[in-house]
Amino acid sequence: MEVCRLAISASQRGKLISAGYTSLSSLSSLSPSDLARELKISDNEALEILKAASHGSRLDGTGGSHAVVNGAQTAWDMLCEEDLLTHITTSCADLDNILGGGINCNEVTEIGGVPGIGKTQLGIQLAVNVQIPVECGGLGGKAIYIDTEGSFMVERALQIAEACVQDMLEYNGLHRKEFQACQDKIMQSKDFLGNIFYFRICSYTEQIAIINYLEKFISEHKDVKVVIIDSITFHFRQDFDDMALRTRLLSGMALKLMKVAKTFSLAVVLLNQVTTKYSEGSFHLTLALGDSWSHACTNRVILYWNGNERYAYIDKSPSLRSASSPYSVTAKGIRNLASNSKRIKMM
Amino acid sequence: MANKLISEMGLPKSIANVFVARNLLTAKDVLSLTEFDLMELLDVGLATVTSTVSHISEISCPPYQTVLSLLEQRIQNEYLAGHLPTRLKGLDAALCGGIPFGALTELVGPSGIGKTQFCLKLALLASLPTIYGGLDSRVIYIDVESKFNSRRMIEIGVNSFPEIFHIEGMAQEMAGRILVLRPASLAEFTERLQQIKVSLLQRQIKLLIIDSMAALVSREHEEGPPRHHQLGWHISFIKSLAEFSRIPVVVTNQVRSQSSDETSRYSFQVGSKVEYIEDPARSDSHLVAALGIHWAHAVTIRLVLDSKLGKRFIKVAKSPMSPPLAFCFDITSSGISLLNDNGIEMTGPQINTINYQGHSDIIRSAIKGYGDQSE
Repeated sequence: MEVCRLAISASQRGKLISAGYTSLSSLSSLSPSDLARELKISDNEALEILKAASHGSRLDGTGGSHAVVNGAQTAWDMLCEEDLLTHITTSCADLDNILGGGINCNEVTEIGGVPGIGKTQLGIQLAVNVQIPVECGGLGGKAIYIDTEGSFMVERALQIAEACVQDMLEYNGLHRKEFQACQDKIMQSKDFLGNIFYFRICSYTEQIAIINYLEKFISEHKDVKVVIIDSITFHFRQDFDDMALRTRLLSGMALKLMKVAKTFSLAVVLLNQVTTKYSEGSFHLTLALGDSWSHACTNRVILYWNGNERYAYIDKSPSLRSASSPYSVTAKGIRNLASNSKRIKMM
Repeated sequence: MANKLISEMGLPKSIANVFVARNLLTAKDVLSLTEFDLMELLDVGLATVTSTVSHISEISCPPYQTVLSLLEQRIQNEYLAGHLPTRLKGLDAALCGGIPFGALTELVGPSGIGKTQFCLKLALLASLPTIYGGLDSRVIYIDVESKFNSRRMIEIGVNSFPEIFHIEGMAQEMAGRILVLRPASLAEFTERLQQIKVSLLQRQIKLLIIDSMAALVSREHEEGPPRHHQLGWHISFIKSLAEFSRIPVVVTNQVRSQSSDETSRYSFQVGSKVEYIEDPARSDSHLVAALGIHWAHAVTIRLVLDSKLGKRFIKVAKSPMSPPLAFCFDITSSGISLLNDNGIEMTGPQINTINYQGHSDIIRSAIKGYGDQSE
């Protein structure tokens, strides 16, 4: 029954059904005052119900006179938009290469790995790199850092910001033509810290609350270009007896984050932990939060040890090939591995 | 924040009453339901639900701060911008000043390596007056395995800070600031933790040491919930304790043998001959830190103490702000001392491995040197 699918409250639905209105077409020719009389409700309520019904029938495509389904975009328009897509550099050229230029805006990227591999380091690096001025090839935006584990170290953020300023000055020295424009814009390392909004989240309720609040916050701070959540897993990994509830909450969160990424054209980066899983006869490492969560993100990057080196592997992406590249964590932040040989390996 | 009452959030009366009628009293109750569940339960339209949920979310969300203001706050209010120096120069330099406030620092290593010695020294350091580089505060030492030895602690004090301890009555005052608790069971430990939270601010306690966390769990090892769930609540609680009171928390952990179902490979790594390089360190050591991977993610700083080729090392295995350095150390009458302040930089995951070679020689020579020293 089509009436069941309308976004109205249960009692209104009940009244409609008991008055005999089971399909949307039966409501289409009714005026609000007639409906109000029939159901014994106020005119305003009747108007609301009819609005919901006409919205519903439009989505079904029974409107007839509409050539394009409401809310859709053609693939060509999307292609044109994608060319304008911006990326946030990770400061490691190899990693940027396999990511197609850097972390994509408009998308949700999940990055996971064992403890100590460099997830928080990458998060802090991105929070600093998003602020690189447009004249120097960056986005000139601000960052939101949502810390659920308490692993954000202010001293480290300062170190990385200082190294970023150094790099910008060096880069400027080499490319003389844009010298003046860039020079004016190079900020002090403390300014970098002033543009990172830090939230400390202590329970899963607060995590859901902040994700709900993001839309309002970002509309007030329009230059935020990256939202980093470190880590998305921590509060969902313990105390949860009701796994079904956990899955529902996680999928709700994933949808809201995707909406925020698309609405404000920013990058959402989620850091995840690992767990072991038994499959194909042996145990493997895999990212935490289960199989249903693994569908939630657009892109998935796994950071792992290969011998003595740190590697990043693109596990899932709609547009990037599966590839891995080395990176290193230095005093300056995330950088290329020191050696010169070609190392990107395609899977 | 999660337990904020809906009734105090300034919602319109009609909605607030509906929430109470449906027994949704706190922010946690409401935010655990999806929007459709709420519509069903409260019998209101989608628009109302959306605006109410966003209002509740905004109020339950903790306030933000810019990182710059965090930095300035710490420089202004805290001792050395939030660090407790360990007096081991190389280690303090690697940790940007010392054991950080507001975070969980873990010491893990095989038995007899020196974890308790390190803890005794830290407890002493925190109790010293600030002019001598301490925090001038009380210390809580939760001693699960009954390893706390006051005589040894005074010995460390007398040998490291002779100028203080030879003053009349100082030893008594310093030792008087260290409160030792000996919980007999996990339940008692839980209770104590909650009491500590209450008295933290009133009683000027600025360091919490738990020696050792793993012993609490292994004691309760009968039937019951699986091991990794047992400490879940405690981990979050201790972390929040550390952060809200901005104190350092040091926890020691034991080691155990690796079991056959452990792995460090992802499914995409298996079978690819091009990438796979044999991990040399793995074959040497069959020891891993106890308490599992959730605990490993939860600690902020992990210091691994182990021994290789007859020498003891303290390795900065996990730290968001330090390079992976290993320092060679020795246990002396004044606690722990580094043999070389320039650490050895270790590459790769071997900084995480726990070696146990040549250890019996160390124990034997230690015993020769210190008589009935127990560690």
